[in-house]
Amino acid sequence: MRFSAAALVRGALTGNRDWPRQWRAAAPKPTYDAIIVGGGGHGLATAYYLAKEHGLTDIAVVEKGWIGGGNVGRNTTIVRSNYRLPQNAAFYELSMKLWEGLSRDLNYNVMFSQRGVLNLAHTPAQLDAYAARGNAMRFEGIDAELLDRDAVTAMVPHLDTSPSARFPIVGGLLQPRAGTARHDAVAWGYARGADRLGVDIVENAEVTGFLREGDRIVGVATSRGEIRAPKVGVAVAGSTSQVMALAGLDDLPIESHVLQAFVSEPLKPIIDTVVTLGAGHLYISQSDKGGLVFGGDIDGYNSYAQRGNLPIVRDVAALATAMFPNISRVRLLRQWGGIMDMSMDGSPIITKGPIDGLYLNAGWCYGGFKATPASGFCFAHTIARDTPHPQNAAFTLDRFRTGRVIDEAGTGPVPQLH
Amino acid sequence: MLIPCPHCGPREVSEFTYIGDATKVRPAPDASADAWSDFVHARRNPRGRHAEHWQHTAGCRAIVRVTRDTVTHAVYGASLAGPWGEGEAR
Ligand SMILES: Cc1cc2nc3c(=O)[nH]c(=O)nc-3n(C[C@H](O)[C@H](O)[C@H](O)COP(=O)(O)OP(=O)(O)OC[C@H]3O[C@@H](n4cnc5c(N)ncnc54)[C@H](O)[C@@H]3O)c2cc1C
Ligand SMILES: [Zn+2]
Repeated sequence: MRFSAAALVRGALTGNRDWPRQWRAAAPKPTYDAIIVGGGGHGLATAYYLAKEHGLTDIAVVEKGWIGGGNVGRNTTIVRSNYRLPQNAAFYELSMKLWEGLSRDLNYNVMFSQRGVLNLAHTPAQLDAYAARGNAMRFEGIDAELLDRDAVTAMVPHLDTSPSARFPIVGGLLQPRAGTARHDAVAWGYARGADRLGVDIVENAEVTGFLREGDRIVGVATSRGEIRAPKVGVAVAGSTSQVMALAGLDDLPIESHVLQAFVSEPLKPIIDTVVTLGAGHLYISQSDKGGLVFGGDIDGYNSYAQRGNLPIVRDVAALATAMFPNISRVRLLRQWGGIMDMSMDGSPIITKGPIDGLYLNAGWCYGGFKATPASGFCFAHTIARDTPHPQNAAFTLDRFRTGRVIDEAGTGPVPQLH
Repeated sequence: MLIPCPHCGPREVSEFTYIGDATKVRPAPDASADAWSDFVHARRNPRGRHAEHWQHTAGCRAIVRVTRDTVTHAVYGASLAGPWGEGEAR
């Protein structure tokens, strides 16, 4: 069924009892034209665009758990394209354009809210660097505005912008078109969209090996049996090293790290944008339910535990209250962790190979939610045409060996610093 | 997470700075570009037991070789890195 105003009214009048399942609980068939491993945002978006843009509808998405159980349902939902390096700027701006039409395209409200993302500057040098980044963004056709302290104060009145603040604020860089989206709705919307185009979404099926014929990958072994396809795309985020090791690739430029997120008890509206600290690492927004949603640094060591440790809880609480002293007595409602596929240069990998029949989508660090539409779009293109889309041509696996790394933060091959 | 520093005893993880995978061995200066790229970029990234270097930056400043489980965060043990430690010199 299609969602519409009429359907909502009908639902309301019938006590909302008759909404159908949003996608079929598909059992795996023995063969497909393509298999996508991982039913996170990126895997689902890839399947959707394979079907929609390339007419490849005989596809399975194979997910070991349930749709929305991975990072796609664990992130702080920030969407932005305020990058400086041209490869990243072009890719994330493609994503931003897809976000702007996504609810309509999917006929599913992903609650994309362009409330702006404001990066705070705490020194004149930092403001200069932001001006340079803003100019670079504008050259790429991306919106960026430099704010002085008064403009920051007017925009975010509860922020401590006084000279006595713990981290005095001199201004900020604003991307007005950036914002947030409802993360679960993105997973559900892509799952439903792909399903409506004929894609099988197979949950509770863990990939445990790859099927080979000679040098080619020709399918996967799963906990629900073998599935064959001439093309297998892997988009498993924090599990990338584990799944690729099943194909014999156990030396990827990736480390898995845990990132935590926090939600406070619901409050009256106090922050109507996304604010990020420029001294230390903290980003905060307010959900439609009123909870303050925030996060900071990754814990900083290899981890596959979907929970973090207390030092980060302390750091994040200290930074948030330094920015917004009036939230110091607000209670935390929930806190959780997700496993990040941290790449060695902080940028993603979307590529064919390195084995025939295998395609890899990984290295999202903690910025992969905003990438979801463009990642799916470019990965689908790469899988369908066996050649990258111009916007992911730079995101190769080979770049580490050839020295063409894309190090946005300029921190070198140290995953915990990206 | 507590890391048992061989000099200082069990100390809170926030006293330490993570350096990373301790199984990577620095190649000879004239090793091939591939060998260097492997050292700098390639990681086994195991799920489970992991040998890693930490520096006790807020303590004795020694670099410590820690064995830790990346799923449970259990720390199995720590020794000094380099020729002062037990096991292979690294
Ligand atoms: C706390 C936190 C905050 C974040 N905040 C932001 C943010 O504000 N903005 C932003 O842009 N990004 C953010 N991110 C990053 C973003 O969430 C991720 O980069 C992105 O979701 C990763 O892609 P995905 O959705 O496909 O991953 P996932 O949802 O993790 O999907 C991968 C899927 O693969 C499945 N899988 C793994 N192994 C197998 C197997 N063997 N067989 C079958 N399936 C398998 C997993 O079960 C999982 O469902 C954040 C992440 C976290 C954890
Ligand atoms: Zn010590």
